[in-house]
Amino acid sequence: MVKDAMSGAEIVLKALVDQGVEVIFGYPGGAVLPLYDELFKQNKIRHILVRHEQAAVHAAEGYARSTGKVGCVLVTSGPGATNAVTGLLDAMCDSVPLVCLCGQVPTHLIGNDAFQEADTTGITRPCTKHNYLVKDVAHLSRVVHEAFYVARTGRPGPVVIDLPKDVLVSKGEYVGPAKVKHKSYKPQLKGDLAAIEEAARLIAGAQRPIFYVGGGVVNSGPAACQLLTQFIHATGYPCTQTLMGLGAFPGSDAQSLGMVGMHGTYESNMAMHGCDVMICVGARFDDRVTGRLNAFSPNSTKIHIDIDPSSINKSVAVDLAIIGDVAHVIEDMVKIWKARQLRPNERAIKAWWEQIEQWRARDCLRFATGGSAIKPQYAIQRLYEKTKDRDAYITTEVGQHQMWAAQFYKFEKPLHWMTSGGLGTMGYGLPSAMGVQVAHPDSLVIDISGEASFQMNLQELSTLMQYGLPVKIFILNNQYMGMVRQWQELLHGSRYSQSYSEALPDFVKLAEAYGAVGFRVDAVDQLDGVIDAMLRSDKPVIVDCRVDPSENCFPMIPSGAAHNEMLLGPSDEAAKPVSENGMVLV
Amino acid sequence: MIIQNEEIVRRHTIAILVDNEAGVLARVIGLFSGRGYNIESLTVAEVDPREQLSRITIVTSGTPMVIEQIKAQLRRLVPVHKVSDLTVEGPSVSRELALVKVAGTGERRVESLRIADIFRARVVDSTNESFVFEIVGATEKLDAFIKLMEPLGLVDVSRTGVAAIARGANPI
Ligand SMILES: Cc1ncc(C[n+]2csc(CCOP(=O)(O)OP(=O)(O)O)c2C)c(N)n1
Ligand SMILES: [Mg+2]
Repeated sequence: MVKDAMSGAEIVLKALVDQGVEVIFGYPGGAVLPLYDELFKQNKIRHILVRHEQAAVHAAEGYARSTGKVGCVLVTSGPGATNAVTGLLDAMCDSVPLVCLCGQVPTHLIGNDAFQEADTTGITRPCTKHNYLVKDVAHLSRVVHEAFYVARTGRPGPVVIDLPKDVLVSKGEYVGPAKVKHKSYKPQLKGDLAAIEEAARLIAGAQRPIFYVGGGVVNSGPAACQLLTQFIHATGYPCTQTLMGLGAFPGSDAQSLGMVGMHGTYESNMAMHGCDVMICVGARFDDRVTGRLNAFSPNSTKIHIDIDPSSINKSVAVDLAIIGDVAHVIEDMVKIWKARQLRPNERAIKAWWEQIEQWRARDCLRFATGGSAIKPQYAIQRLYEKTKDRDAYITTEVGQHQMWAAQFYKFEKPLHWMTSGGLGTMGYGLPSAMGVQVAHPDSLVIDISGEASFQMNLQELSTLMQYGLPVKIFILNNQYMGMVRQWQELLHGSRYSQSYSEALPDFVKLAEAYGAVGFRVDAVDQLDGVIDAMLRSDKPVIVDCRVDPSENCFPMIPSGAAHNEMLLGPSDEAAKPVSENGMVLV
Repeated sequence: MIIQNEEIVRRHTIAILVDNEAGVLARVIGLFSGRGYNIESLTVAEVDPREQLSRITIVTSGTPMVIEQIKAQLRRLVPVHKVSDLTVEGPSVSRELALVKVAGTGERRVESLRIADIFRARVVDSTNESFVFEIVGATEKLDAFIKLMEPLGLVDVSRTGVAAIARGANPI
C-alpha cells in the first residue's frame, strides 16, 4: 500500500484542479461513476450536465476558444465516447485545446466485447492530437498532466484519456504537475532569426504585399494579435483573414480587406491573386482559401509563419518558412524591422492600394434591398449594428448563415468568434455558445443559426435553462439547407434533392416549451424591434427570423476555380459554369 | 527551407525512434493509411530497453514535397523522438532477411542448392523433399533470389522488411 494513497478518481480530480480546470462539461454513465462520486464530494470544479456528449465537446470548445484555456470534457465508455467523436475531430481540425476524459470497462474486460466497451483509443486516434489508455493507477497523474501539456502546447488540439473503471477505484500516489516533464514533445516556439531577418527584408521590399492571417494568430493569444496588428499598421499593408482568423486583426480597420477564400471578399481574393509578397501568418493554405491550387497566387514570394512544421509546404510550396509561435516570431520581426530601419516602398504601396480600392469599389457584398422580405445579409447587418458596442461573442452553425455572419459581422478582437471551420459541423453553434456563456456569464453570447443546423443539437436548450445561460439563438430561417440548395442550384440544375426543411417545429413554441423566450419576425420593419426585445431578455431566446428563402451567398469562388474567377452575384452564375474538375470537389 | 515542387517520385528509407508504448505502431501506420502514403516495407523492434525506445524503419516513396510532409507528420506524433531520412542524410547501409522454402526432388533440388550457394544463402532446415534457405542482403538481391527459386519449387517466403542504419560513428 502506497503512503498517502488516493483512489484513481481522486487523483484525476486533484490533477484537474492543479491544471487550473474550473469547469467540466460532461454526461455520466456506469464507467465514470467513481469520477462523478468525487465530483459530488468537492466544490472546486463545476460540472455542466449537457444533454448529448457531442454537445459537451462543442461546449468545451466554446469555453476554450473564448478564454484561451484548455476545455475539459467527461463522458462514459462506449456510446458516451463515440458520441464525443465528432466534437473531438472538430477540435482537431480547428486546433482547439481540449482534454476529454472517457470511461472505459475495467482492464480485465478490455477486448471482451464487454457491455459499453468501445476501442476508444483506436477510434479516436485519428481525431485527436494524442490519446492515452491508462492501465495502471501509478501512471495516472503523469498522464493527466501530460495530456494538458500536449493539448495546449504547440499547435493546440484535443487529447483523450481513456480510464478503465478499475483504475479509477484502485489506490495510488498523486504526483504534482511540476514533477512531470514530457520526454519527446517539445514544439519549437522561437523562430530562426536568420529566416525572420530575410522575411523582414522581403516584406520591406514588397510592391504588392498582403498579410494573410489565420487562426494560428488567435491561438497564439491576444498579445500576439496585438503585436501583429501593430506591425501591420507600421507597414501600412493590406490584411486579409481566414474564417478562423477573424478578429486577429480588427475587422473594421481600413487595412482589413475582410475574409479570404470561397466566400471571401473580391478585394481579398484579387489581392491574394495579384500580390508579389504574401505573408501567411498562422494559416494553412486550406482548400477553402486557395481555390484551384495551380492558379493560386501565381506570381508571389510566399512567407509562411506557423508553429506546425507539417503545415509548411503541405499543399502550397512556399519560399520562406519560419517555424515558431506567432507571438515570438512577430516580436523578433518587429525588433529587426526597427533595428534595420526597414521601410516600405511608399510609392509602390500607394499604387497597390489604388488598385485594391478599385476592387473594393465593386462592393462585392452588396445585396438587393427593398421589398418586405428580410434579406439574411440585412438581418446580420442589423444584429451587428445593435450589438457591436456590447463586446458580444458570436458562434455559428454551418451553412449560408455562417458565411453571412463571417462576411457581415465585424470582429475587432480575438476570442469572440467561434465557428466550425475545418470540419464544418452543423450543430456546433448552440453548444459552443453554451460553453462561451459558462466562461463569460455576464456577456452577450449569440448563436447565429440555421433552421436545419439548430435541430442537430437543440436538446441543449434544456442545459441553457438548467444553468441559467441566457444564450441568444438567432435563426436565419430560410426553410432550406441553404448551402446545399445553393450548390444544387449551381451544380445540379436546381434539382433540390432533400434540401428542403420540411415539417419545421414552431420555434417560438419550442422555446416556450423549455421555458425560454421565442420571437418570430418576417417583415423588415419589425426586425429591429425583435432584435431589441431579444437583447433585453435575460433568458435564453430563440429568434425565428424568416428570411428570403432563395437568397444565395456571394461572392463565391466555385469549386475548381481560381481567386480571380469569383462569381460576384446571381448574374455571374450562368456566365461561368463550373468546370468538370470542379464537379468532384466539395 | 526551399523545396522544389518536383513530381519525381523516389524511394526513401526513414528511421523513426519512438517510445515503446501501446499503440505507437498503430499511430504510425494509421498516419500512412489515413493520409494515403504508401508503405513498401516496415520493421519495428525495441532497440533501447533501458529508455524503452523502439526503432521503426519504413521504406516509402513519393515526390520531395510528399516525403517532406511524411517526415513532418511523423515528427508531429507525440511519442516520436527522432525521424531520420536515411536516403538523403548521408550514406547508409540497409539489409533485409528472408526465409525461403523450396520443395522439390531430383535436378530441381540440386539446382536450388547451387543458386543458394551463389547468393550465399544458408540452409537452415531440410527434409527429403524441401529446403528452407536463409538469405540476407539488399532488397533487390532477395527479390532476385526468390525469382530464381520460383521455377524450382518455391512454396513459401517470409521477409523481415528493411533494417537500415547510417554509416559512420554517429547515432540517429
Ligand atoms: C453534420 C453535418 N451534416 C451535413 C452537413 C452538410 N451541410 C452543410 S451546410 C448544410 C445545410 C445547413 O442548413 P441550415 O442550418 O438551415 O443553414 P443555411 O445554409 O440554410 O443557412 C448541410 C446539410 C454538415 N456541414 N454537417
Ligand atoms: Mg436554412
